[in-house]
Amino acid sequence: MLKIDNLHVRVAGKDILKGLSLEVKAGEVHAIMGPNGAGKSTLGNVLAGREGYDVVSGSVSYDGRDLLALEPEVRAAEGVFLAFQYPVEIPGVNNTYFLRAAANAQRKHRGEPELDSMQFLKLVRQKLSVLHLKDELLHRAVNEGFSGGEKKRNEIFQLAVLEPRLAILDETDSGLDIDALKAVADGVNALRSPARAFLVVTHYQRLLDYIKPDVVHVLAEGRIVESGGPELALELEAHGYAWIRERIAPAAKA
Amino acid sequence: MGALLDSLLAGFDTLPLRDAAGLGEWRSAAYQAAREDGLPAARNERWKHTSLRALERRPFAPSVALPAWNPAAIALPPAPRMVFVNGVFDAHHSDLRGLPEGVTLQTLSQVLAADDAEVATALTGGGSPPEGIFGRLNAAFATEGMRLQVAAGTRVATPLHLLSLGAPAPDSAWHLRHSIEVLDGASLGLVEHQAAVGAQAHLSNGVMQIGLGRGAQLRHARVQQESESATVIARSQIRLAQGAGYRRIDLELGAALSRHELQVALVGEGASLYANGVLLATRRRHLDTRIEIEHAARDTSSELGWRGLGADRGRAVFHGGITIQAGADGSAAMLSNKNLLLSEGAEVDTQPVLEIHADEVKAAHGATVGQLDANALFYLRSRGLPIEQARALLTAAFCREVLSDMDDASLAVVLAGKLDLALQDLVA
Repeated sequence: MLKIDNLHVRVAGKDILKGLSLEVKAGEVHAIMGPNGAGKSTLGNVLAGREGYDVVSGSVSYDGRDLLALEPEVRAAEGVFLAFQYPVEIPGVNNTYFLRAAANAQRKHRGEPELDSMQFLKLVRQKLSVLHLKDELLHRAVNEGFSGGEKKRNEIFQLAVLEPRLAILDETDSGLDIDALKAVADGVNALRSPARAFLVVTHYQRLLDYIKPDVVHVLAEGRIVESGGPELALELEAHGYAWIRERIAPAAKA
Repeated sequence: MGALLDSLLAGFDTLPLRDAAGLGEWRSAAYQAAREDGLPAARNERWKHTSLRALERRPFAPSVALPAWNPAAIALPPAPRMVFVNGVFDAHHSDLRGLPEGVTLQTLSQVLAADDAEVATALTGGGSPPEGIFGRLNAAFATEGMRLQVAAGTRVATPLHLLSLGAPAPDSAWHLRHSIEVLDGASLGLVEHQAAVGAQAHLSNGVMQIGLGRGAQLRHARVQQESESATVIARSQIRLAQGAGYRRIDLELGAALSRHELQVALVGEGASLYANGVLLATRRRHLDTRIEIEHAARDTSSELGWRGLGADRGRAVFHGGITIQAGADGSAAMLSNKNLLLSEGAEVDTQPVLEIHADEVKAAHGATVGQLDANALFYLRSRGLPIEQARALLTAAFCREVLSDMDDASLAVVLAGKLDLALQDLVA
């Protein structure tokens, strides 16, 4: 589904990703772990198409297409979703209105019929019940005045409604207490399916106690330095990122 | 004098009802001052960002008769409503049902015809003629308008709509003068609509005078959605007595040139003003709002939030002046003006001015001019909204913020509809 090959990305004149390669298949959950400054958020933003990220070399193919050539809204319509580390507050735009506009813009792009407000409301209610969310957040402006936990839940709610095929969670666990963390993880688990892949970017192992990944990658100094099963996350938790630094040091010197 | 003043000043000697109700001297003084001082000079500080050079060369004919117009072309506001078309009272389309006892509603021409000097003095403010060329022209020539009085303690539940309509009649000009008194403890809702049927290049020069008695409450909305070629000059003057509360919202959505002077005097202790507005300078519109607030008593408060949008070749001009007089201790004043500049051909001029002569006051002001937030834009696009739709959504949200804390929910919906309709000019 997603194939990243030797990706080099520069942000504000600084090299951040330095030869990142990664392959994700439909149905898989991949965790990307790494210390601060390793390039984790850059990866999510580049995949979603944020401006200011300069792809110097390498490629990203999504379903065999060049993902980097697509506008952000086209990526979204093609099934790419980024759950933001810092969801944006948009005063004056109602959450439900925004989501319906987004869902219908995506459907229009794909040549599917748009949903009227009744149909959409039905879809939304169904998703809310799966995620055990209160419908109060439907009536508010997008993320305005939401607590940290509410913002992250709203991201997962959007994910549920928009039904992407590739969901990238950018440090969705940051700033959450344990209850909010569990709620977010439950939401993600409810949305796992053979057709959908997840890329879970996180600094800490604890989210992975609740979202069981198939593959764990360690991102350090702009590239994947180690990949393994869920046990890799536990090792990282036990030894810290310094352990990784020691292991990659010889390669870096060479 | 240019063609504008030549044409507007003609016919003073034969103006019907000119001397009625003892107003002859007052009108003559205003007329003389208008003749002598003419239009503001190019360097006049009050007109710094709004040039009258193009207008100066255009002659207008006085509007004297009700033109034929097609009421199907516009959605009339609900009753009770008072309708003026090209400055002439339209009794047929007005509907005054639903006004409770304690409300006295007349036209200015009725008041003048009755020759009631006492009422007339209340209407004009009496004394010396007003400042400024357009205020003087209005004082000299206005013989029509709404005269409304709400008796002490009367609570008017349903808002009154005042529609001033421009209808087909080539290059005409009119001067409406409205006067409202909400007496002690009374309350009223008022919606002022300024609209047009057809694309007239007329000139509307209106004055609205409002007095709020002790503890009186007024909720006032004004919507300017005039024709693409119209010139709208408006002055709103409001005086608040002790404990009076005034809430106001202004939507400037139409016209080629619009200049609105909003002057609020908080003369009674504890009087409070809460006002919001938006200037939607799309296409080639020039929208100028000049606010002058005077805190003249203790513990008065004013809170103002205006938003401006400059798109295409539009220009939004905002002046927010707040003066806190000596002795008005314990007063609080807040002024915010946020602007969105959406194109290179557009312009925004903003000038907040605070003048404080009292101690123990709280005052703050701020003005910003910016562009759409790149983060928000990316957020919307990342959810699948095409960039144009994302821009439109953020722009509408920026403007709609001024409606967010209106307490009349059904009116808020109506105003949001008008705002959204006007915002379609952006896409076109």
